Amino acid sequence: MAAPLSTSGPQKPDLTARPLSPHLTIYHWAPTMIVSITHRATGIALSLGAMVLAWWLVSISNGPEGYQGFYALAGSPLGIVVLFGFTWALAFHLLQGIRHLAWDLGYGFKKETARRTALLVIGLSLVIAAAIFAFVWTGHAGYLS
Amino acid sequence: MQTPLHKVQGLGASHTGTGHFWYERLTSVALIPLTLWFGYVMLGLVNASEVASISFLARPLNALLMAAFVVITLYHVKLGLQVVIDDYVHTPGAKMFLVLLVRFAVIATGSTALFAILRIASL
Repeated sequence: MAAPLSTSGPQKPDLTARPLSPHLTIYHWAPTMIVSITHRATGIALSLGAMVLAWWLVSISNGPEGYQGFYALAGSPLGIVVLFGFTWALAFHLLQGIRHLAWDLGYGFKKETARRTALLVIGLSLVIAAAIFAFVWTGHAGYLS
Repeated sequence: MQTPLHKVQGLGASHTGTGHFWYERLTSVALIPLTLWFGYVMLGLVNASEVASISFLARPLNALLMAAFVVITLYHVKLGLQVVIDDYVHTPGAKMFLVLLVRFAVIATGSTALFAILRIASL
């Protein structure tokens, strides 16, 4: 038995109480939802990263002073935090982008597969970012200089 | 309403058909190897002297790959940010403003980066 919709007589519909799709706030957060929105967030952040890349190229082209200015900023605590953020964001966006391309080819749509690849993207992106920074801090980077 | 001609062309309401979708995929595929190369370069130039950075980036193949990475990345940025704007901004004026802003920012960033790459190659 359905409950009566209204106890009083005819009234105006309560527009604020209407159910609205997609009810984002009441869902339990699943790994697939997390990587979906994070892909978008990292994409926006990396757009700013592209501007930093242009800034780095300009600083190199500007002679010793410009170069040292940029490297002093990049090597500061805040600079290192930002660089770690960009490193992780790029690793994440690359991995999640590959996951998207696999979908475009028709692979990985099963519920359990989608959940596992989502967790894989989260885990692997963190491992790659941490490994890159460990590689730098143990003195293995700079092989092109 | 679609005219028979429109149906035959299969371009739909966007007038560009699947162009946006297709170029987003095309740029992302191209960016997989370019991003791996970029990561190799950035790690390789950590703590490098200015001279070492210049001599690496001034080599024709490296300059060309960096230019390709910058241009394809920015095209991918333009397509991606447009989707974000389409999804969240529903006022026609604000939407037009933001789409144009992204376009100008992308062109400004790209031309600045390309000029810097050319300048490094001539140092």
